[in-house]
Amino acid sequence: MGSYLVRRFFLMLLTLFGISVLVFVMLRLVPGNIADILFDAAGMIDVSEKGKLEHELGLDKPIVVQYLNWIGGLAHGDLGYSYVSEKPALDEIAPRIPITAKLAGLALAFSVLFGVPLGVISAVRQNTPLDYILRVVSLSGLSMPSFWLGLLILMAFVAYSGTLPIYTDPPIGFWETVWLYSVPAAAVGFRSSALVMRLTRSSMLEVLRQDYIRTARAKGASDRNVNYHHALRNALLPVVTVIGIEAAFLMGGLIVTETVFNIPGVARFLVEAIRWRDYPIVQNLVMFIAVVAVSVNFLIDLLYAVLDPRIRYAS
Amino acid sequence: MTIIDITPGPAAEIVRADTVWSKIRHHATSHPLGVIGAVIMLVFVCAAIFADLITSYSPTLTNSAISLLPPGHGHVLGADPMGRDIFSRIVYGARISLAVGIGSTVLGSVFGVVLGLASGYIGGWVDLIIQRIVDILQAVPLLVLALVMAASLGPALDNTIVAIAIPLIPYTARVIRSNTLALREQPFVEAARAVGMSEFRIAVRHVLPNTLAPLIVIATAQLGAAILTEASLSFLGLGVPEPHPSWGRMLSESAAEYVRVAPWLVIFPGLAISLAVFGTNLFGDALRDILDPRLRD
Repeated sequence: MGSYLVRRFFLMLLTLFGISVLVFVMLRLVPGNIADILFDAAGMIDVSEKGKLEHELGLDKPIVVQYLNWIGGLAHGDLGYSYVSEKPALDEIAPRIPITAKLAGLALAFSVLFGVPLGVISAVRQNTPLDYILRVVSLSGLSMPSFWLGLLILMAFVAYSGTLPIYTDPPIGFWETVWLYSVPAAAVGFRSSALVMRLTRSSMLEVLRQDYIRTARAKGASDRNVNYHHALRNALLPVVTVIGIEAAFLMGGLIVTETVFNIPGVARFLVEAIRWRDYPIVQNLVMFIAVVAVSVNFLIDLLYAVLDPRIRYAS
Repeated sequence: MTIIDITPGPAAEIVRADTVWSKIRHHATSHPLGVIGAVIMLVFVCAAIFADLITSYSPTLTNSAISLLPPGHGHVLGADPMGRDIFSRIVYGARISLAVGIGSTVLGSVFGVVLGLASGYIGGWVDLIIQRIVDILQAVPLLVLALVMAASLGPALDNTIVAIAIPLIPYTARVIRSNTLALREQPFVEAARAVGMSEFRIAVRHVLPNTLAPLIVIATAQLGAAILTEASLSFLGLGVPEPHPSWGRMLSESAAEYVRVAPWLVIFPGLAISLAVFGTNLFGDALRDILDPRLRD
């Protein structure tokens, strides 16, 4: 186990290194850098002025030097400066993280609270009308773009109260936060809950076919006892993995949902930064997302070994 | 003396009856939801092919006189702020959605198959390197990677296809690799080697065709994901550019303003995306049950 963890940890670092190179190079393939954009916007054409700006931003240095500067800075907690606001990138990114984290947490809670029980019901009542309805609903959840669901929710808001919810002021108090964020969180979480439901269902069905379930039934255990005590506990293992992966991959849904609801979180900030070619913000944000995703995967592997004693990682 | 009856008997008839059509009919009756999915997909494919015959307005023709016209009045689904017919834009939008969806799925599958096959069949350091590339591509959420790719390639139809195809590669590569690893140890591979076939020929002629079923299954699932990702990219303004009528772009950020005054601008394009993906998912689910029951999630 120990040597497996060490190996796994080094592979994780290697992956992160690869992502940093990939993102850095991709961003520099863009035709036209920030200097071009600023110049177009200001209507300036003086080439020497542009050269000066590029020099100031370090864009005239070789790409390897630019990369090393970035990584070297990262090691010291220096993420560089935003090209647009000229503030330190860390100061721009850090305050937006809690907003997105709250949203992600609520969305994940939504997906588990709905996904797991509905998946169990669907499996236990396999091939009944209820099962069919739940399966179609979950499949439509996977088919709907979350930004459209968000827009529909906004529409319902307008029809019901005549106003749109506003997210610019930070909400005061715990319950106000929960209430305000639960609406966009539902828009994001619907998709994940559909995924969790489908997986819980098939995982439950798989377990319900096992011999030890038949044994439990033969011993005279009640349906309730068999379903929830014997089956669900074993069926939840793969579900835990998917919930973990979803936690890291909620980002996709958050990007569009934060845009729809105008929530000033990191996900919407990423899109804005990409549009502005604000490299320091984009590369640091993508790295941040990658670090979260890769660490979550690592933790899931660990959790798996704890939850399922049959799993032994060979080195 | 015992007489052994060696006449083939009714077995021959059963084989003859088992034609492609009877197989399809059999699967169709046992997977009604899959049939519904196939019908929905067919409707969208027809819309894309016969767009000019179905619609009477150009999807790009602007007419300020009918700006924000509600549904009805000669324009079934109304008009957008620039006075373009929504129905025409949705029908023509099927072309963009399918072109990007199918294009990026095929592109992603080709690279995924090559990488997966090489990784699983050759093994060793080739496997090690390819798996690291797969790790890297898989560690970033699909939309985030597609966003960065789309931004760096610039807004254009073909760039959008590439930007969505690249994040799809690792998933195909993983599935093909694990299948290849299992197939590599099969007796028929050993037999091919024994008759002196080259390794490349074995991989392409014997291993590859056997990975077709899981490939079709994963590609159908990715088609839905690709259509959704295109919609998201275009919604964010980083996908297919104007004047292409993309469903996602029709819902672009300004839609939040129209939620109040022109809900039809929001409802119909979103309905088109959801229906197209829903059909693909239904069909994909049935296909998975038929072709590869082990992949059932």
